[in-house]
Amino acid sequence: MNTTVRETDGRKTEQFAAPAASVREIGDGYLLQVEMPGVNKEGLDISTEGNELTITGRRSLPTIEGAVIHRESRRENFRRTFEIDPSIDVNKINAKIEQGLLTVTLPKAEHVKPRKITVS
Amino acid sequence: MQLIRYQTPELSNWPTLDRWSNLRDELNSLLDLPFLTNFNRQDLFSGWSPALDLYQNNDNVVAVLELPGMRKEDIEISLHDGTLTISGERKSSASNGENAERTERYVGSFRRSITLPARVDANKVNATYRDGILTVTLPKAEEAKPKRIQVAS
Repeated sequence: MNTTVRETDGRKTEQFAAPAASVREIGDGYLLQVEMPGVNKEGLDISTEGNELTITGRRSLPTIEGAVIHRESRRENFRRTFEIDPSIDVNKINAKIEQGLLTVTLPKAEHVKPRKITVS
Repeated sequence: MQLIRYQTPELSNWPTLDRWSNLRDELNSLLDLPFLTNFNRQDLFSGWSPALDLYQNNDNVVAVLELPGMRKEDIEISLHDGTLTISGERKSSASNGENAERTERYVGSFRRSITLPARVDANKVNATYRDGILTVTLPKAEEAKPKRIQVAS
């Protein structure tokens, strides 16, 4: 994605790149996948505040000595904020990162799941 | 002051209109050129083109590709005639009963080729895939390495 998020942190300004993402509805919740090449578990920070889920990925890029002949990649770290549905149980959000692809599972809260009431 | 009756302008008297119609013909003829029709628009605009960087130092040429979320078995690297080609396919992880709400991620195959700036030793090429980044190190052939020549006397 080409969108750049600018953040003012005191006097220091860091530019972030917004990573490409996809959202999919699964059985009891949603599956969010975010592409963050160069980010591993250590560089990842996921937080929720109110109905917002913010993902920050700091990249540990391979350092290569030599002259750059051709460059298409961007150097910025990643950050993106997603609005989360009120039906999601924020305490049960689960995340894993594999080969630069972050997968976040957002399960729906028990009380919003369809429930069958047995007649006694 | 003299009043002149309004006259309906005749189209043929407008030289500009002729010019425009010519221009349109010319634009249309451009679109008929073979080089444009030969392009497959699918390939041009809906393909996945992962970011590629290329570096060079005294000993190696290094290609770096951003390939998040792939399996290393699905990445193919080949070297032919001084051109490095990296291709692969990312399979959709969606199974039945799941609905894509919105997606910005590409699924499918990609192919990137780049002409190397120096001759490399094809037998010593080494590739690593870590954190979704593929690094291909291609050692330069002996004759392509820079050499310092001593002045004899």
